[in-house]
Amino acid sequence: MKKSVLLGALAATTMIAGFASAGTLDDIKARGELICGSNNGLTGFGAPDADGNYQGFDVSLCKAIAAAVFGDQSKVKYVPTTGETRFTALASGEVDVLVRNSTWTFSRDNDLKFDFVAVNYYDGQGFMVKKDLGVSSAKELDGATVCIQTGTTTELNLADFFKTNGIAYTPVTVADDAEAQRQYEAGACDAFTTDASGLASTRAAMADPTAHIILPEIISKEPLGPVVRHGDNNWGDIVRWVHFALVIAEEKGITQANLAEVIAKSEADEAADPEVKRLLGIGDNDMGVMMGLDKMWARNAIAANGNYGEIFEANIGTSTPIGLARGLNALWTQGGLQYAPPVR
Amino acid sequence: MSKSSFVRTAMIAPSLPPASERGVIKWLRENLFSGPFNTILTLVAIWAIYTLIKGSVPWLSNSVWNAESLRECRDIVIAQSGEEATGACWAMVRVRWNQFLFGLYEVSEYWRPTTAFALMFVALTPVLYYGLRRPATILVGVVSVLLVLALFGLGTDSGHILMMAAIMAVLTAVAWIAPKRLVIVTILFPLIAFYMLWGGSVWGPVGTFVGFAIFALVWWISQRFVGVVVAAAVGLIAAAIWWGTLQTAFTTALHTAMPIELLYIRSDDFGGFLLAFVIGITAITASLPIGILLALGRQSDMPIVKTLSVGFIEFFRGVPLITVLFAANFMLLYFLPPRTNFDLILRVIIVVIIFASAYIAEVIRGGLAALPRGQYEAADALGLDYWQAQRLIIMPQALKISIPGIVSSFIGLFKDTTLVALVGLMDPLQGVTKVVRSDTAWKGIYWEPYLFVGAIFFLVCFSMSRYSMYLENKLKTDHR
Repeated sequence: MKKSVLLGALAATTMIAGFASAGTLDDIKARGELICGSNNGLTGFGAPDADGNYQGFDVSLCKAIAAAVFGDQSKVKYVPTTGETRFTALASGEVDVLVRNSTWTFSRDNDLKFDFVAVNYYDGQGFMVKKDLGVSSAKELDGATVCIQTGTTTELNLADFFKTNGIAYTPVTVADDAEAQRQYEAGACDAFTTDASGLASTRAAMADPTAHIILPEIISKEPLGPVVRHGDNNWGDIVRWVHFALVIAEEKGITQANLAEVIAKSEADEAADPEVKRLLGIGDNDMGVMMGLDKMWARNAIAANGNYGEIFEANIGTSTPIGLARGLNALWTQGGLQYAPPVR
Repeated sequence: MSKSSFVRTAMIAPSLPPASERGVIKWLRENLFSGPFNTILTLVAIWAIYTLIKGSVPWLSNSVWNAESLRECRDIVIAQSGEEATGACWAMVRVRWNQFLFGLYEVSEYWRPTTAFALMFVALTPVLYYGLRRPATILVGVVSVLLVLALFGLGTDSGHILMMAAIMAVLTAVAWIAPKRLVIVTILFPLIAFYMLWGGSVWGPVGTFVGFAIFALVWWISQRFVGVVVAAAVGLIAAAIWWGTLQTAFTTALHTAMPIELLYIRSDDFGGFLLAFVIGITAITASLPIGILLALGRQSDMPIVKTLSVGFIEFFRGVPLITVLFAANFMLLYFLPPRTNFDLILRVIIVVIIFASAYIAEVIRGGLAALPRGQYEAADALGLDYWQAQRLIIMPQALKISIPGIVSSFIGLFKDTTLVALVGLMDPLQGVTKVVRSDTAWKGIYWEPYLFVGAIFFLVCFSMSRYSMYLENKLKTDHR
């Protein structure tokens, strides 16, 4: 016990000494690339494609950050992290920002000394069952066997849900998503539970998707977002505002395709939307300098992969095999939760 | 004399044994149904084999090789064999084989790991068949042909194919004319392989090699005056001075004068079997000498050396490899200056070497313990010093005894390389498989990647095992 305290203290001292030296942004600029902690393989959110290039919803945010900092979305190094290694990778400084569908929780925020600077996807835990089971609500799952990934927050949520509803279940623990799907399809469990986004993509990949339904209950809040270390607020602000810039771009109808047009129009037109002007750094507006970036930061971020809605549609939206509806992730103007503070 | 006789004039033709004592029935009775217990076992086994075949044969015979996604595979199987049929979807392997073999390595540079792999066999030739002209030439020749074919298959540009064909032709000629000379390839192989895999400026590895040369030279000169061990320390210091201070200037100067370089590939892009081989082979090569030293240290009369060796061996044998891997991933970074970029693969290789050395040390200690006391005494009687005795008398015998143990450690180690997936590296079994499954086209595929990767692992491990049996027979000198 004493030894671990000693080691911890030693580690803490080294870390503090390190953070005091220079800001993350300076380090990134000196290094010439952003190091982004990514998922080692999650459908639609982050994984290398057949050509070895990282793609996905989370990866697009990394690209947008790199574009905001360097004006070049390719200046990112992706470090694939597992569920176990992700937070250490961030705490030890191996990655600058972690965009790996990590749930914002109290203990991660406070105990692990991280800042969840934004929420780029509002997820929640759901259930999938076979249609011929004849179940239409999770509360009817009394006595069911449930496939559940071990060692995750979903496991705890599941226990809470069944306990509060006073019904019994038998957990079938599995190591990962693929095995869960296998067990579920083989009939080893009646229901399969994980984040709703994961359920949707799993269902879409099944031999006969129509034979399975996702139950309406969402039993937990899983706000997923980019994470940075405590102690460098400037860098946290940059990550946060890159995300907000993408959301505002959607709100204002600025897309990858019409970006040049909007810029030209705003430059020509005195009466054009002043917030768009501030966001895109038109005229005397130079908001980027307040964060240590140039005035083109938001333009570059939007130009990389489009606004928030475009990124959503391209990676996980209804036009993709994953087919997620916007739901909670729609803009606040359309009944969702994506709301960005004003650029002013 | 009566005509009847009690003596037969002709032999009765031997009658057949009873039906239960001959032919198939006898064989079945003796081998499969020799008692109630064995009968039950046989029936259970037959049932198990039947179920296995029933489950897998239709699945395998419905294999699909040409498709762009799992859904397409399923549609093809259903179109061919009906609604309920299932079939293997090997099309995934066709589309993603390169990631299973090379990870995210630059596609245009696939010829480099492939060549390094082929050169590894050339480097192994003197180890496997030292001075034997025929097998050495055959091995190098076959590897050369395979390499050229593989390079064609990978779509390498003709310039590199020609260059490699020429180099391999020269090596084959060397194997025929002077097979012992191939040792030069063996000695240089670590640097060649490093340069081929990672690339960058050629002068970096050359500078490192100069360091080793300095070490060897200083050691050779000083060992006559101060003894082997102190000479090694002096040599190491000299080499460290070179690496620490002069090498950078040397390589920069040469690089500006003669910029020869390959595209630099970073370790993050390594994956699949390339990663397994890089970790496995490095660890195997390095753990053997370290293991020998540790085994000798454990047997030493010097208390400090002995205690350190015992402590090292027992500690690393006592913790699981996964723990050591996590330590390499998590803890090392906390002890290093913040934001030092210490390559994860390098960290993993180091801990795997340490881990494997502890096991090898114990295997070799077993070999040492099996040697009769008389061998040590004979060496002393001949007036050999400690290192001469080890080199000429003890080690050749101890290593020979330990071959099966060493090889099974190596096989275990090679298979253990898949554990690196736990620290986020892209190993072929879990890492690449996860990446493939996260593609919407292949999500839901389950057995195929495991079978594919398992088959390759089996091939490699089985070859190692067969080679060790060959080696045991070749080195057999007793008359049991």
